[in-house]
Amino acid sequence: MKRILISLLSAISLIYFLPSIAMAKEKTPPLVVVAHTKGLSGLSLWWANLYNDNMLLFTILTGCITPIAGILIGFIADYLLSLTGIDLTKRELAEH
Amino acid sequence: MDWLYMHMPISGVDLFWPGLVILGLGVGILGGFYGMGGAWMITPGLNILGFPMAFAIGTDIAHIAGKSIVSTIRHAKFGNVDYPLGVAMILGTMAGFEVGAQIVMFLEKIGKVDLYLRIIYLILLAFIFTTVVFDYLKLKKKEKLAKEKGEQLDKLASGVTWYKTLHKIKIPPVMTFKQAQITVSLWLPMLVGFATGVVAGLLGIGGGLIRMPALIYLVGCPTHVAVGTDLFEVMISGLYGTFTYTWKGRTELLAVFIMLIGAAVGAQFGAVATKYFKGMIIRVLFGAAVCIAATSIAQKLIARVYDIKWLDDVSTVTILGGLSILMFIIVAKAIAGMRKEIQMKKMAQS
Repeated sequence: MKRILISLLSAISLIYFLPSIAMAKEKTPPLVVVAHTKGLSGLSLWWANLYNDNMLLFTILTGCITPIAGILIGFIADYLLSLTGIDLTKRELAEH
Repeated sequence: MDWLYMHMPISGVDLFWPGLVILGLGVGILGGFYGMGGAWMITPGLNILGFPMAFAIGTDIAHIAGKSIVSTIRHAKFGNVDYPLGVAMILGTMAGFEVGAQIVMFLEKIGKVDLYLRIIYLILLAFIFTTVVFDYLKLKKKEKLAKEKGEQLDKLASGVTWYKTLHKIKIPPVMTFKQAQITVSLWLPMLVGFATGVVAGLLGIGGGLIRMPALIYLVGCPTHVAVGTDLFEVMISGLYGTFTYTWKGRTELLAVFIMLIGAAVGAQFGAVATKYFKGMIIRVLFGAAVCIAATSIAQKLIARVYDIKWLDDVSTVTILGGLSILMFIIVAKAIAGMRKEIQMKKMAQS
């Protein structure tokens, strides 16, 4: 019950506070950056065009790719560490 | 040697990509070990690599989000993350961050805000460093006294025990946080989160540098749980930061990805390294990192006030050099611990 209450409270706070923090940041004059596509080709060109034309999709893709990439690389690193033979499930030291 | 440089499609610069991997690896190890994002360590490094500052913050935050997921998962497997405690603190942190940001806007109207904030930052770092030293000396004294009496000091004993006084305040609702092994008023982590959020908002930093010691000395978390729980908070704020800064067009995904190759591996290693360090040693090494940061900021401050250009370069060398030494200490001790564990396992099997 307590966990549900905490989750609910956090969700309400996120909805309440996040837009105001974003608004506070937006008050400073925005710096407009345009990606130069000259000399780019393939995936780089598509990515730069996406940045210039569709910021929403660019944001969603970046926001999704970043954690997924982190998890994937972390998973590989986890596997490599497990090959060393060390225990990756618990730690012995628990003092303050 | 052109292959060592990679063209960034958004910012349009050619970057030395092995530098990004090494920087990510180093900050990943330190972040996973100390339980923080480490944007304050990355910015000088990105500066040296010639990364455009317009993209530095967004790229920093996105890579922090990616790597803190890795280290949070790893710490959670060790039982180092107290999720309810983390959520309770996030609520306070977000409210506090907003208040801090509003104070900055007010101070901007007065002027000289940058100078004042750097001084506040310096005082705060000096306070954290002094607390860590005081904590270490007091614990050593307790150990000595216990030895004289022929007793053994409690495993959970610490030098600074401010949290014990705060635990006596039982304003409802009182909650038990299992992983942190504490029963406190829910208001305590929320208020500590709020206070650290105000400071983070005021200084424009992520807050891990303040939250980690606050979790130990004010909330009463064991060091390992403080590291893991703080990383959980860094993960949430990092993910939010990734979306907002990308929406403002300030993220270079290719650089994020290159840094993540090093950072995700480093974060895993840093988190695993905590296995081989006692809580007190983690706190001492944290104190050393804070001392390095404070020295670097002091040098930068003097360089700006007296317009000494070479001192500005010295401050960059101080922070990167000092943190590299700390990283090597952590890596060396962790490798020695790993080797010992593997040898013990082999001996047990034979």
